[in-house]
Amino acid sequence: MTHHVKLSRRSFLVTSAAAGGLSLGLSLPLAGRAQAQSGVPEVNAWVVIRPDDTVVIRIGRQEMGQGTLTGLAQIVAEELDADWSKVTTEYPTPGENVARERIWGDFGTAGSRGIRASQQYMREGGAAARAMLVQAAANRWGVDAADCTATNSTVTGPGGETATYGELASEAALLDPPSEVTLKDPADWQLIGKPVARLDTVGKVDGSQVYSIDHTMDGMLNAAIRRAPVMGARVASYDAAAVSGMPGVKKVVQVGEDAVAVIADTWWRAKTALEAMPVEWTDGEGTGYDMPRIHAMLEEGLTAEESFVGNQQGDVQAAIADAAQVVEATYHMPYQHHATMEPMNATAVWTDERCEVWTATQNAEAALAAASAAAGLPIDQCDIHRINLGGGFGRRATLQDYVTQAVLIAKQMPGTPIKMIWSREEDMLHGVLHPITMCKMTGALDADGNLTGLHMRISGQSILAGVRPEGLREGMDPIMFQGLNPDGEEGRLGYTIPNLLVDHAMRNPPVMPGFWRGVCNNQNAFYLESFIDELAHAADKDPLEFRRAMMADHPKHLAVLNAVAEGIGWDTPPPEGVYRGICQHMGYGSYVAAAAEVSVDDGGRFKVHRIVAATDCGTAVNPQQIAAQIEGSFAYGLSASFFGEITVTDGKVNEENFDTYPVVTMHEMPAVESLVVPSGGFWGGVGEPTIFVATPAVANAIFAATGTRVRTLPMAKNGMIPA
Amino acid sequence: MRISVNGTVHEVDAEPDTPLLWVLREQVGLTGTKYGCGVGACGACTVHLDGVPMRSCAIQLQDVGEDTAITTIEGLSGDRSHPIQQAWVELDVPQCGYCQSGQIMVAAALLAETSEPTDDDIVAAMTNICRCGTYNRIKAGIKRAAELS
Repeated sequence: MTHHVKLSRRSFLVTSAAAGGLSLGLSLPLAGRAQAQSGVPEVNAWVVIRPDDTVVIRIGRQEMGQGTLTGLAQIVAEELDADWSKVTTEYPTPGENVARERIWGDFGTAGSRGIRASQQYMREGGAAARAMLVQAAANRWGVDAADCTATNSTVTGPGGETATYGELASEAALLDPPSEVTLKDPADWQLIGKPVARLDTVGKVDGSQVYSIDHTMDGMLNAAIRRAPVMGARVASYDAAAVSGMPGVKKVVQVGEDAVAVIADTWWRAKTALEAMPVEWTDGEGTGYDMPRIHAMLEEGLTAEESFVGNQQGDVQAAIADAAQVVEATYHMPYQHHATMEPMNATAVWTDERCEVWTATQNAEAALAAASAAAGLPIDQCDIHRINLGGGFGRRATLQDYVTQAVLIAKQMPGTPIKMIWSREEDMLHGVLHPITMCKMTGALDADGNLTGLHMRISGQSILAGVRPEGLREGMDPIMFQGLNPDGEEGRLGYTIPNLLVDHAMRNPPVMPGFWRGVCNNQNAFYLESFIDELAHAADKDPLEFRRAMMADHPKHLAVLNAVAEGIGWDTPPPEGVYRGICQHMGYGSYVAAAAEVSVDDGGRFKVHRIVAATDCGTAVNPQQIAAQIEGSFAYGLSASFFGEITVTDGKVNEENFDTYPVVTMHEMPAVESLVVPSGGFWGGVGEPTIFVATPAVANAIFAATGTRVRTLPMAKNGMIPA
Repeated sequence: MRISVNGTVHEVDAEPDTPLLWVLREQVGLTGTKYGCGVGACGACTVHLDGVPMRSCAIQLQDVGEDTAITTIEGLSGDRSHPIQQAWVELDVPQCGYCQSGQIMVAAALLAETSEPTDDDIVAAMTNICRCGTYNRIKAGIKRAAELS
């Protein structure tokens, strides 16, 4: 396998050499950038090797807990034949990426794409750097590069001479990059596939890892902000004089049309003054909307004439008309909040020549664009310094609203760095919510209990219509059909159903939607896999066998389903009082399945004891980190299943903190057995996929235990309370 | 006002009703203690007061005397040698890591009181929120730390 590689030769990246440098204060003035601390030229864009043999791997994507930083470093180090114990990482800035014609590719880290969408060019980058180091050694020794070998950061020549990468790096940096590289056969991988420890754990156990909210700079002030709580509403008036004499207050500012902020010496003083300040808001497009009105919009869509068709096979209406048995059910998943542990925040400093921002973002290039627009400065006079995230889950992926706000605040005190932090309440009121949907399922069974037709009518909110309407295709939001598509490698339906209609009636309440870990796969898997379970029971068939009968042409979907069936012991009776549920789904390029064991106590409360979850992500870069993602996805997914619901009254979100928006804690957390079963030949996502199967696995087990079908989430508000 | 943090007395310039969390973060400059909710619900701000784990967002400066020994994550061991910290690294417990300072402070207090905690002990003590969902590794980490102690 050979690949043409384009490399930018002798481009000396100027950045702070260590990722930790991002957290250090920057001395004003801002003109110019920090010099490379080591002064070492890069071998190529991905690889810098210091004289002490430290291998610095540049990471374009963003770490936020999901382990991408370590996985991508493994990928580069694999092809580089680097000594893993010497590997460290750093983040280039989006400004550097733009200046170098996006040599590091897309920084966006969402859709479980961190590794799968960058592994090819990063492997090539590692292989190209290796070739240059070997060539440098060959030149030094006057031998043919083909007669040299490289392993563990050392090149060995034909006469047994050796040189370390650190010794060769400055010579390698002067060479032309190879026009082609040969990537390793996966059978020869030494690092990819190994459960190595994360590179970024140590700073998380002693408080030394700096998050965006911890960033500090000389002369920095702090800002607390309040935005109009109703979508589309604006500032009507505010009384700055009422609080400008309060302790520490430096300035009260309006931020755009819809927010006010207090700038003070400390954030606590800024927040205290902000809360004391009278503010009046106008009405907005969200005014007058509450849950009954929003539910009515969606209910109308369940039977509306017009819809967007996502998957159609045969004639579903004829199949329903001819059915021996028709089964119908309506499902609902409410709004969910990301509730990242670290609230939104950003530090900005603005002059009329330059704007710099330090923040936690899943898309630093989008943050750069937002900063540039807010600053009123060209892109090349702005930059974003990337700091690890205290949770992302999609909240920090699309809207960079907090970056815009921080710049608009900083602009009103030129030259002064200002850190803006949202209170938890501000964060909850201004989420970009997992959209609200309902679904009407109609299934047709023949006399033998086979599924001959299925109509899945989804009604509800489109994320794209809210955040990126240019992504709609003639009005249709293709994301609505995640995991239900007829074909494709991203997320296709795992069943053969002769007569099928999956369609969407788009109903968009004026509440801001967003991408939330798992996105539309979450409701699609909940709706479909719960209803398949209903159909199996209606047909008096085993839920696993009912599924298998429709999966002969879907071997990878079937393989993970079989894996969890075996793992949970589906063919053997569960312990007394324990009941099981099972399901499967495909999304973000990976095949996932889960089985759950549940019991119900005398008071009717349920307990999830055990989850067995499988993922076929094609290629498993770091199995122990994949297991961590699987475990975590059940905490996040079951938080929505059990407790999660954002409601609005007159356009304003009601749930303002964790006391009214409870999430799964250790008390509810089930044991999770992770089956990482990569079948090879493709690269699927990992951060999200198993979340899809969290809710239906548990809901199906609850049905088995109680005979009560969970059709509306969250369970705790609809009659099913976790013990 | 004066407070004693990790063995050092600090003179702080803050209103008496300022939450200890923000005194630690903004006056003392110890940012390992995290802001998560401000209402004592999430536990990210947990520190020890005389060895007892407390949610520092819910404690006012005026309620902490100079003779109260405040321990933050930075002062737990100073060199990551506490068994909880060792176990956390060994098992790669953190994901994003934001809640882990608080989790570790609660876990360390549990271990100080109960040298071999059962699952029930651990679940009863560990009420902090982790959105990444590291709960099972936290549980395993506490058990591993008990072995290391």
